[in-house]
Amino acid sequence: MRFVDEFRDADLARALATQIAGLCEPGRKYKFMEVCGGHTHTIYKHGIEDYLPEAVSLVHGPGCPVCVLPMGRIDDAIAIAEHEDVILTSFGDMMRVPGGRGSFFDSKAAGADIRMVYSPLDALKIARQNPDKRVVFMAIGFETTAPSTAMTVLRAKAEGIENFSIFCNHVTIIPAIKAILDSPDLRLDGFIGPGHVSTVIGCRPYHFISHTHGKPLVCAGFEPLDVLQSVYMILKQLSEGRSEVENQYSRVVPWDGNVKALQVINETMELRPYFEWRGLGFISQSALKLRDSYARYDAEVIFRVPGVRVADPKACQCGEVLKGVIKPYDCKVFGTACTPETPIGTCMVSSEGACAAYYNFGRFTRKRVMEVTSA
Amino acid sequence: MCLGIPGTIVEIDVDRPDLAKVDVSGVRRMINIGLLENEIVEPGDWILIHVGFALSKIDEEEAASAMAFLEGIGTAYEEELAALASSEIEAGFIQAGRDIESRWAAEEV
Repeated sequence: MRFVDEFRDADLARALATQIAGLCEPGRKYKFMEVCGGHTHTIYKHGIEDYLPEAVSLVHGPGCPVCVLPMGRIDDAIAIAEHEDVILTSFGDMMRVPGGRGSFFDSKAAGADIRMVYSPLDALKIARQNPDKRVVFMAIGFETTAPSTAMTVLRAKAEGIENFSIFCNHVTIIPAIKAILDSPDLRLDGFIGPGHVSTVIGCRPYHFISHTHGKPLVCAGFEPLDVLQSVYMILKQLSEGRSEVENQYSRVVPWDGNVKALQVINETMELRPYFEWRGLGFISQSALKLRDSYARYDAEVIFRVPGVRVADPKACQCGEVLKGVIKPYDCKVFGTACTPETPIGTCMVSSEGACAAYYNFGRFTRKRVMEVTSA
Repeated sequence: MCLGIPGTIVEIDVDRPDLAKVDVSGVRRMINIGLLENEIVEPGDWILIHVGFALSKIDEEEAASAMAFLEGIGTAYEEELAALASSEIEAGFIQAGRDIESRWAAEEV
């Protein structure tokens, strides 16, 4: 078990692994989903699956906002950037993601003014410094980044900045989990709840998962021990016939979330009737747009975007990966035609995508890893 | 973008109490602490920063654990830190606020 030795407290990890094995009913298979890019990282970096019992498998849900954005939205953003007087600003994560007509980097090379920023506040500053340009911020992310966008819009309003708008691609995690629970493709036994998203939304919104669908959910921290302990807590619930929302990450996640963050989202944004998710299709009330009262900051209102649906490349199975139906190494192009250097699908582009995590940590098959670790 | 980066509050801006200078692994930058409005934030406090905004207050032990996680993931963290280092929320942010205030003051006159 070479990976265990990398843990900060290897003894505790071994003890947990033993307890986890003890909670598994003989003959029963368990499938738990995590919906957070940070957890994907921890699981692969530390090889957590390698010493979970064979009966327990971890699948990766749609926890990476870059990965679930359909290609058409990237084309729309590029269409906005192609206006003469527009500066499009974006987080670095988005720059290499291929749309139907190339990536932001490609568009920048072709002459569009697209700039990487760390924060939407940096985008606002660019707007302030370039009063003769229209500055658009490519807003993306789950509830973790939505409050930052909301705060920036409020700031733009307070300062009377008129040449700033956002192209809103914020998505919400709850409808995605619901869509997965309603999908016949996949039978799950429990969820490892996201860490940072829960900092904002708290634990209450997950109630329907445990009560209506009867699946335990445990909000988890990002250390390997956190993830292991969450797996333990889920199994414990199942072994006792319970199904509840529990908070393993209470040292950061308040049960009620960040009330101020929820307030500013609610002040500036509302749910879209529906939004397309890569791999999951259209999900109703699953994404945010600016409220009509903030329409002057809404790039979709200001600019006419093509809004064309772009089909994913045929060989790419990001959809199945995002739903947890297949593992990255089951995809036909994984590690061959599709690598982080020349990504075909979004799961390989974003460092938080499941495919990139598998690839970067050299996990090409579960079998091979098992052989290596037991050697 | 999804990474939460731990930092310590160095000082809170006198004119704009929603802005604070923070120290992240030796990099000092201005960030927004407006989302922690319902909490008491003081110099020396540890916070978790997402894209220029403090999202939660944490203790030192959690900060160390968050840092260990980030260092473990490598490139993505380095990129995020480089992005933070390139962030310039500070100067223009406060200056523009002042410009507008003085413009308003002038208009009132």
